[in-house]
Amino acid sequence: MTFRRRAERFDTFFSAHAESIVKDARNELKDPARRLLGKQVLTLGGIAMLTGCDLSDDKSVNTALRRISVFNDSAQALLFNPNEMAPTYPESMITRPFPFNAFYGIDDAPEVEAATYRLQVGGLANGKRAWTLDELRAMPQESQITRHICIEGWSAIGRWGGVRFSNFLKHSGADITAKYVSLHCADNYWTSIDMPTALHAQTLLTLTYDGQVLPTKYGFPMKLRMPTKLGYKNPKHIVAIAVTNEYPGGYWENQGYNWFGGS
Amino acid sequence: MICRTLTTMDNRIKHEIALSHETIQPAWIRITHWINALAVILMVMSGWQVYDASPIFPVLRFPSAVTLGGWLGGALLWHFAIMWVLVANFIVYLGLNLASGRLRRKLLPISFKALATDLVAALRGTLGHEDLTHYNAVQKFAYLIVIVDIVLVILSGLAVWKSVQLPLLRTLMGGYDNARVVHFIAMSVLVAFFVVHVIMVAVVPRSLLLMIRGRQP
Repeated sequence: MTFRRRAERFDTFFSAHAESIVKDARNELKDPARRLLGKQVLTLGGIAMLTGCDLSDDKSVNTALRRISVFNDSAQALLFNPNEMAPTYPESMITRPFPFNAFYGIDDAPEVEAATYRLQVGGLANGKRAWTLDELRAMPQESQITRHICIEGWSAIGRWGGVRFSNFLKHSGADITAKYVSLHCADNYWTSIDMPTALHAQTLLTLTYDGQVLPTKYGFPMKLRMPTKLGYKNPKHIVAIAVTNEYPGGYWENQGYNWFGGS
Repeated sequence: MICRTLTTMDNRIKHEIALSHETIQPAWIRITHWINALAVILMVMSGWQVYDASPIFPVLRFPSAVTLGGWLGGALLWHFAIMWVLVANFIVYLGLNLASGRLRRKLLPISFKALATDLVAALRGTLGHEDLTHYNAVQKFAYLIVIVDIVLVILSGLAVWKSVQLPLLRTLMGGYDNARVVHFIAMSVLVAFFVVHVIMVAVVPRSLLLMIRGRQP
């Protein structure tokens, strides 16, 4: 009620100032550059008034957003410090049960035959091309208790063990001056990472979860674990690795997730 | 004597006319204000879509009518594009405000007593808005709060985005999970400010015109 008393009536307000406003507007519109700016400002406002769905369906808007996402890849590469370690946690902080997460249900997780399994290494590598599980288990093993951060926002702490990826790449004769490492999985998932992250000390080719052989739900026979990257960059059931200079993309990345996906 | 009084009055009127036509909101304030308004709206709408992918509070979800991006991936594309606009614009706004002394002149000093008096007056509806060149204590406080809150929204957002690469920010925010909560609270304060701000503009429409034209008619 008190507000109403204080409130000015729009019509009387505008009629009182109309002349001066029109004069101002006329002056502004004299200059063609000002006219163009005015038009653009109105269009920008118009775009903002649309609902999100319409905006995201617009092809040119999407192209621009994707371009900025590529720029963000570079920004994150610049921000990435190869010597910065992700925090590690005590065993008591492990999330139990550790959540299952994939683009399919838990019952559809692929069963990989351990005896016939071979990890293939392709692309710019001149060392060992096919690895059995026993050969990988014979290499020096490390373990870490780190936080898995999902792009959705949730996080969970788990313990993974396996071969340091940089060591594996060395034994595979990988060209570590190459830009990308692509990873292909038994469930037809695929992703790719930048070489600096591949060589990071906490990037592990994991064969175990919480001291046990990696179960199917967590990616048997192996998952590439990178606590410096979001969950969708940590692929499970890996069957083939390739070193390349050509941008390999990824399952989610091709649909719009940011490629670098750093944390 | 009378003549002298008339001259004084005349001068005063002239002075008041000059005052009413002087620029109260310079162009850089108006430009950064509207870029900020647009950026905040887009950041909040896309942020709500991201939130829905994994709600911090299971009972709270944002309907698709008020979200931007269509799905998580689309919303993140928006969020991580507009963040550059929000941050760059805010740096220009804060930089010019500090360098020109405008922040100190317009928003300081602010005393607890004046704030209490003006707050009571505002709630009783007796706080005047005749003079748009000076902010009352409640306004000063609200504008200072929103500036600090945008700093917090940016820092907590950085801690969520790069919790591994920015260990100091991660620690300041109380860890990754807590940084999300801080980010959510800072967003809520910003939205609350936005709502009150828009209501006040509806109550005092001259202020909207002022933020567009820079001066009173």
